[in-house]
Amino acid sequence: MQKKITAGIHRRKLHGLTDPRVVPYVLVTPFLIFFAVVYLYPLISTIIMSFQKISSGRNTTFIGFKNYARLNTRDFWMALQTTGRYAVWDVIVLTIVPLLIATVLNSGLAKGTNFFKSLFFIPSLTSIIVAGIVFRLAFGTLETATANRVLTFFGMEPVKWLSYAGPANFVLILLTLWRWNGVNIVYYLSGLQSIPKDQYEAAQIDGANAIQSFLHVTLPGLKPVLIYVITITVLGGFSMFTESVALWQQKNGGGVGRTIVGYMYMVGFDRNDFGMASAIGIVLLLLVLVVNLIQLILMGFFKKEDQ
Amino acid sequence: MKKIVALLLALTLVLCSVSAVVAEAAEPVKLTFWTFQDLHINLYQAMLDKWNADPARTPLEIDFQPYPFEDMHTMLNMAIDAGEGLPDIVDIEIGKFANYLGDNIVLAPMNEYVEPIADHLVMARLNNYAKDGKYYGIDHHIGATVMFYNAKLLEDAGIDYTAIQTWDDFHEAGKVFLEKTGKPMITFETTDCWSLYPMVNQHGGDWLTADNQVRMDEEVVINTMKFMQEMLNDGTAIPTPGGMSHMEEYYGWMDQGGCAAICMPFWYLDRFVNFMPDLAGCMKIAPMPTWADGGHKSAQMGGTGTAVIASSPNVELAKEFVAYVGLTVDGCITTWKTCGYDPILKDVYGTPEMQETNKFFEFYGQDLFAVLQTVLDDIPDTCLTAYYPAATDIVKSQMAYRLIELKEDPETIAKECAEELRGQIE
Repeated sequence: MQKKITAGIHRRKLHGLTDPRVVPYVLVTPFLIFFAVVYLYPLISTIIMSFQKISSGRNTTFIGFKNYARLNTRDFWMALQTTGRYAVWDVIVLTIVPLLIATVLNSGLAKGTNFFKSLFFIPSLTSIIVAGIVFRLAFGTLETATANRVLTFFGMEPVKWLSYAGPANFVLILLTLWRWNGVNIVYYLSGLQSIPKDQYEAAQIDGANAIQSFLHVTLPGLKPVLIYVITITVLGGFSMFTESVALWQQKNGGGVGRTIVGYMYMVGFDRNDFGMASAIGIVLLLLVLVVNLIQLILMGFFKKEDQ
Repeated sequence: MKKIVALLLALTLVLCSVSAVVAEAAEPVKLTFWTFQDLHINLYQAMLDKWNADPARTPLEIDFQPYPFEDMHTMLNMAIDAGEGLPDIVDIEIGKFANYLGDNIVLAPMNEYVEPIADHLVMARLNNYAKDGKYYGIDHHIGATVMFYNAKLLEDAGIDYTAIQTWDDFHEAGKVFLEKTGKPMITFETTDCWSLYPMVNQHGGDWLTADNQVRMDEEVVINTMKFMQEMLNDGTAIPTPGGMSHMEEYYGWMDQGGCAAICMPFWYLDRFVNFMPDLAGCMKIAPMPTWADGGHKSAQMGGTGTAVIASSPNVELAKEFVAYVGLTVDGCITTWKTCGYDPILKDVYGTPEMQETNKFFEFYGQDLFAVLQTVLDDIPDTCLTAYYPAATDIVKSQMAYRLIELKEDPETIAKECAEELRGQIE
């Protein structure tokens, strides 16, 4: 009798939503619905649109790869260059600088650690548009602009910061560093604090100096955080838009400040050419996918823990 | 008893009149107006008050909905795609107007108001908003390009700006000015098209033809570019500080007497008054210098077409009201008074109301319309096809920048830009 009842309960469990084999799916359903509506549907629809000529909303015709062929323009390559240049420097600067600062803050060598933590974090709370306007005025064309005053004070020639690719990229990176440095420091600090102290002690006993313990204890211990920071920095670098709009207000002489996303926006909303804009979006997607995959493979993300 | 009857009668009368008032007040037809231009709200509000004061007209109530420039056009696209949520009246920027003149036109033609007075209007303006002989938008200004001279700076250098007739005269005057003051004569925009396009257009060139043939690499365009580069090479012209003439940097620099002239549409009047107040009394306007080898006296630049949505339940009334604001003498005079625009109805120039002194007359200290009237008869059309946004984008991002900032060879730039534009046209 007892056996029968248990079996009955067991059978019922198997068929209900509480079945251990069903539960995981029930729990992820809200996410799956959200993913399907907000990511999957637009993605598929963008892929379809990239093969269409869209004259007005529902009025569409398939035109094969023509939208992709039309991408072979100087404007597109310039946008690609601008984005590429920015993404590379973005990853280099935004990985290394916050790492060094976080290490110093964590080492206990510096005084007023908490004060500096908040100081570095404050910029990320400001509006990027406001910050962009301040940067735009500070790095103006005229000799009287703040940055040029500093240069001329040291006897250097004034620079037209936002008119040429090199200096323009410098200003963009500076703005990004100023704004995101604090956030990355927080990531690194949480990673650093999870590295056991005894590893450092062991290294010290083995006679390792500060640099050696940084390279052989800190860096390997930070690997998961590093992978995360680099991945989001790569993504952020390729999809950057707001910073360039704040600095150039979509006025892009020579395309020095126009990123791929900026170009996509312009083609979509200014030219009302959503077919070509979709093609740009797909190219950007593939580009980011490839770059991120390479980076993750290089960093050993797909290797099993024990290997 | 009599008193009571009288009282009742009076009461009934009062009640009747109250109900009549209530009925009338409830009657105004409601229209929605989307705009990105605050000045237009002032104009339409002023004209709405006049309209409603006229008992012969159906009273109107307008819900003005101002939005940022890009957002409003995006919303309009979405509403057109969805087929609902459209306003009754909408402002569409000139560069974007062609986007709405495709296969599926949702705007209502205004021909019955435009055609009877066509001779009195600057039709080159309305042609920007027309397709197949139908006029879909009413512009509130001509945007005739003129020269703004800092007459005081020029006078100090011994130059009489009124003697400048051709672009060659202008260049020569620039050389004298540079030698005496060390300052450039004029600035050319590197990130926008407000220097290159008016000069090319006045010279007789354009980016496209009506059937989307690219004209960017024509002789006249290249010659204009060469002339600009000659001025840049000897220092009589420099790239505009900040890249374009609507930047804080430029305003500050120009306000301190940075250079002697700027070539801009008439609506730029207002920028000097508002953003460069130290130049009061120094600035004068004059017609653009002309080209020795032909061309026109001016060029029409910028603009906004106010259009009525054809599916609006009150389409006829909305059209009548837009025409009342844009195409009547009263409306055009109000346009000048509230916005400082050069109205498109030629009849208003010379009327006493247009001569009444205001902040613009005080600032420039001259008869602004006398200058304007000398060029009104010779303003070329601009070709704003569906590929105009693509063309201006190439001009802004490459042509102007490579010509003025990088000083590359004009012929190469023109050829490459034209090729690029051809690649965009299907």
